[in-house]
Amino acid sequence: MEHIRLPKVEQVKLLDRVSPRKSRVGTLYLTATHTIFVESEDGQRDETWVLHSLVSSLEKSSSSSSSSSGVSLMIHCKNFQLLQFVIPEEQDCQDILLSLQRLSQPESYEELYCFAYKPNVAEEERQREWDFIDLTSEYKRMGVPNSHWKLSQANQDYKVSDTYPSEVFVPESATLPVIVGSSKFRAEDDFPPCATTTEETTQPCVAVVSLCPASALGAWRMSRFERNRQQSAGKGYENEDNYSNIKFQFLGIENIHVMRNSQQKMLEVCELRSPSMSDFLERLENSSWLKHIKAVLDAALFVAKAVSEEGVSVLVHCSDGWDRTSQVCSVASLLLEPHYRTLRGFMVLIEKDWISFGHKFSHRCNHLDGDPKEVSPIVDQFLECVWQVTEQFPCAFEFNERFLITVHHHIYSCQFGNFIGNNQKEREQLEIQKRTHSLWTYLWSNRADFINPLYRSNHSQTQGVLQPSTAPYCFKFWKGLYNRFERGVHPRQSVEDCLRTIREETEQLEEQLASHKQKISKLEEQKWTVSMNIFDKSPTAWIFSPT
Amino acid sequence: MEFAELIKTPRVDGVVLHRPFLPTVEGTLCLTGHHLILSSRQDNTEELWLLHSNIDAIEKRFVGSLGSIVVKCKDLWIIKLDIPGMDECLNIASSIEALSTLDSVSLMYPFFYRPMFEVIEDGWNTFRPEDAFKDLESMTDEWRLSEVNKDFNTCPSYPPLLAVPKDIDDDTLRKVATFRHGGRFPVLSYYHQKNGMVMMRAGQPLTGTNGRRCKEDEKLINATLRAGKRGYIIDTRTINIAQQAKAKGGGFESEANYPQWRRIHKAVERSNVLQESLIKLVEACNDQSHSMDRWLSKLEASNWQTHVKEILTTACLAAQCIDREGASVLVHGTEGTDSTLQVTSLAQIILDPASRTIRGFQNLVEREWLQAGHPFQVRCAQSAYSSNKARQEAPVFLLFLDCVWQILRQFPCSFEFNESFLVLLFEHAYASQFGTFLGNCAADRVKLGLPDKTVSLWSWVNRQQELERLTNPLYEANSLVIWPSVAPQSLLLWEGVFLRWNRSSKCLDEAYKEMVHIIEYNKELQNKVNSLRRQLAQLETEDPLLQSP
Repeated sequence: MEHIRLPKVEQVKLLDRVSPRKSRVGTLYLTATHTIFVESEDGQRDETWVLHSLVSSLEKSSSSSSSSSGVSLMIHCKNFQLLQFVIPEEQDCQDILLSLQRLSQPESYEELYCFAYKPNVAEEERQREWDFIDLTSEYKRMGVPNSHWKLSQANQDYKVSDTYPSEVFVPESATLPVIVGSSKFRAEDDFPPCATTTEETTQPCVAVVSLCPASALGAWRMSRFERNRQQSAGKGYENEDNYSNIKFQFLGIENIHVMRNSQQKMLEVCELRSPSMSDFLERLENSSWLKHIKAVLDAALFVAKAVSEEGVSVLVHCSDGWDRTSQVCSVASLLLEPHYRTLRGFMVLIEKDWISFGHKFSHRCNHLDGDPKEVSPIVDQFLECVWQVTEQFPCAFEFNERFLITVHHHIYSCQFGNFIGNNQKEREQLEIQKRTHSLWTYLWSNRADFINPLYRSNHSQTQGVLQPSTAPYCFKFWKGLYNRFERGVHPRQSVEDCLRTIREETEQLEEQLASHKQKISKLEEQKWTVSMNIFDKSPTAWIFSPT
Repeated sequence: MEFAELIKTPRVDGVVLHRPFLPTVEGTLCLTGHHLILSSRQDNTEELWLLHSNIDAIEKRFVGSLGSIVVKCKDLWIIKLDIPGMDECLNIASSIEALSTLDSVSLMYPFFYRPMFEVIEDGWNTFRPEDAFKDLESMTDEWRLSEVNKDFNTCPSYPPLLAVPKDIDDDTLRKVATFRHGGRFPVLSYYHQKNGMVMMRAGQPLTGTNGRRCKEDEKLINATLRAGKRGYIIDTRTINIAQQAKAKGGGFESEANYPQWRRIHKAVERSNVLQESLIKLVEACNDQSHSMDRWLSKLEASNWQTHVKEILTTACLAAQCIDREGASVLVHGTEGTDSTLQVTSLAQIILDPASRTIRGFQNLVEREWLQAGHPFQVRCAQSAYSSNKARQEAPVFLLFLDCVWQILRQFPCSFEFNESFLVLLFEHAYASQFGTFLGNCAADRVKLGLPDKTVSLWSWVNRQQELERLTNPLYEANSLVIWPSVAPQSLLLWEGVFLRWNRSSKCLDEAYKEMVHIIEYNKELQNKVNSLRRQLAQLETEDPLLQSP
């Protein structure tokens, strides 16, 4: 509370970016967790709530339109909401700005919303939330441990790798010293564990996929350059001589800094006011965003094909192993494994490839006031890749677009504990499971909103490996996420909502049908006995018998 | 001329056909006067029947004695035929070239086509102007049906019957016709029942450099205004282009002579530019490079989406003037046969729920495109692949269909028809066994005797099995005005046409089937529940003995 310099400002205008005439006047409140705008129009009490942890940047400028006096405060949010307020007094605006700057960039984890978020849930139930997704049973589903993969104790107490979970699966033949050696050899101590298994893991051949930018053609020349460059930084890639039976493949996915700048440019496109078509397409191209999305999907498709068609095991790595690697492994798993395309399976996938394998959520999503160079939309790209695939396979996924957008929202919102911290070790230190709520149960209990009505578990699209086309024209701009709050640009009628209503109605009809059938058979039975009774007494009653 | 003269080699065996997403077929290739036929001569395999008029361009390739012909169609399909024998290949190629570019309309296939289905309703009589006028009369008595053009003398590109303001007589119309490009005097395009406002269309006024004036023209359009009300003139050209038109005898309505009208200029592109745009877009879609930068920059450079946005924006403006401002509107560009019709017909899609039904849309195409004199014959003579220099070809109608598709995407429950109907109209506008899109105007159609000698597309469409295929299962009549978004994010590439042969639509088709299944299952259950409910009610009432205890 000590950070709130000014709890309330009146006569604030919330501008409508599309049609300025629709702007609203009201009161702006700052609370410990939210900025709240309450419209003061008679009869209308529309409220706009913005969580402080969702604020990504703030801009103050003297109001551009001469007609309205005051100072403009622009709030850019991590969920791509953009709010522009006009505050009458310069000093008030300054106070709000300074308060929000502090509130939106907490200095310690303890300040995050998840520790303050206390819905009306019994403690016992809260504890159970954390058992909802259980990775041990997931590994069991995958069929490990087995004769080739075993549970390793090597990382107990995070002795070997801080960023890995304490329980990992490694090849049976790898003994403890090999794992330690392997991790020393790799940057940041990530040793190669098992991300997804298929029946083919027994094959001796392994494909090593490097996601660093080095084109597959002329890989040697490029990779030498890459090696020289990286070896000077103490990093490198597997020397082919030391890994027999191994194919190398370089797939160029850019690093986190390139991705951050690219998204920034792409968001500028979204924020343009009534751009022309050329403006839009040209800037979209210049942002390179879709190019990067395509690169990730290309790499994932490569891995999925290597596993499913050539039957080889795949070792995926980049320089650190928690960004590009997570993206590619998780998208590839999704293409390979129908289970990950279900609501629950998708949660498992995120839990396994992102949360447990040390994607640095708090750094990448800027949960705390930290190094801006650590921020990068890696997980956004993952979610977008999934969305792009859902567009090509409308029946293959149990969840819908809204689900992906909601997951995105809460990765940034800090309302749930799942994504807090940068690895499992940190989360244990923060006692996340003891003090916060889990997103997964929240999503599960609201699953009616997130189900794709076209999904049917026995549909051909839900079976087997998905092979999306990665031709450039198959990639679309994801307005559902990046223009999420611009109501005007979305379709005015939703096929999905229609189908959802119809399916709900169908379910009711099925119940009615069953109950009618039951009633009818009951009645007929009764009638039969009645008519039989009558028949006993009066031989003329036969006309009442059922036909 | 006999077709036989053009067919040097009527039959070749051992030809291999390559098509996108389908297995190759080996069989016998036959050329007839109107078709290229490939048959594998086995039972249960489909034969390929390709209309010569659908062929936009061909390319010959030779490897040793094996020749290949790449056939590029107007509906953007590309197939390849491997033909053994150099001579055969050359002969086939030259025959296809000759047969696909026949100049004489009367040699076209519709004159030879005999329907294999029973014509229940003759499409040539389905949408008569008299009937349309009866509908209008039931709403207003301010208009009359004029026969001034019954011999096509007043305006060669107009139909014989036209709706004009009641107080304007035929003599006045004749005078106005001399003042408007191509004799296209202002006529009624749409009557907005909600507020009685109207949309008219015309050719540009022939003011020339010295500002010629026509009192009758002013009188005609002023007759459509309510007392004290102003109207809007939407000129589909920029002010610069409209200015330049004066040098060629054209021009626009000056404020001085039309004080009751506010003129708005928009920038809807016309013929050659549009044809260029289509060629570039299709080229971009067929680019195999797999580079995202290249795709986006080519898409942008084609300007196709820009045209879609401009046309829709202008149509929205016209609709807004009518519905929101409560004003009457006159739309024109230069000739009044292209951009004008895009705007007036799309404005009706936005405003008029009737035009969003299957029949209403046919009616709209008939009234605002065919009767209104859009020159289909010349505009659709070539498509995106032809290397001939475009003369008057332009994808004006395709752009209109694209815009309708955009609105359909945004309001998926407000149209009785689905995307297939729009694709079908695109195909038939460019090549067809039906006579509907032959000729350039009503006068041509009379001259060619189309209603007697050919079958109408509508006769074929308006049959149960076709209608079923074209009906949108999500349709729920929506009596409201539907305002589309024209933001670049909202306008998509029409995959169903432009990527149709580039990417497999299998999964999307399956999704459509799944949707149909969900809806049909629901209806089936409804019927079952209703009949059980009746049965139950009957059981409960018919048996007095059951009620008594």
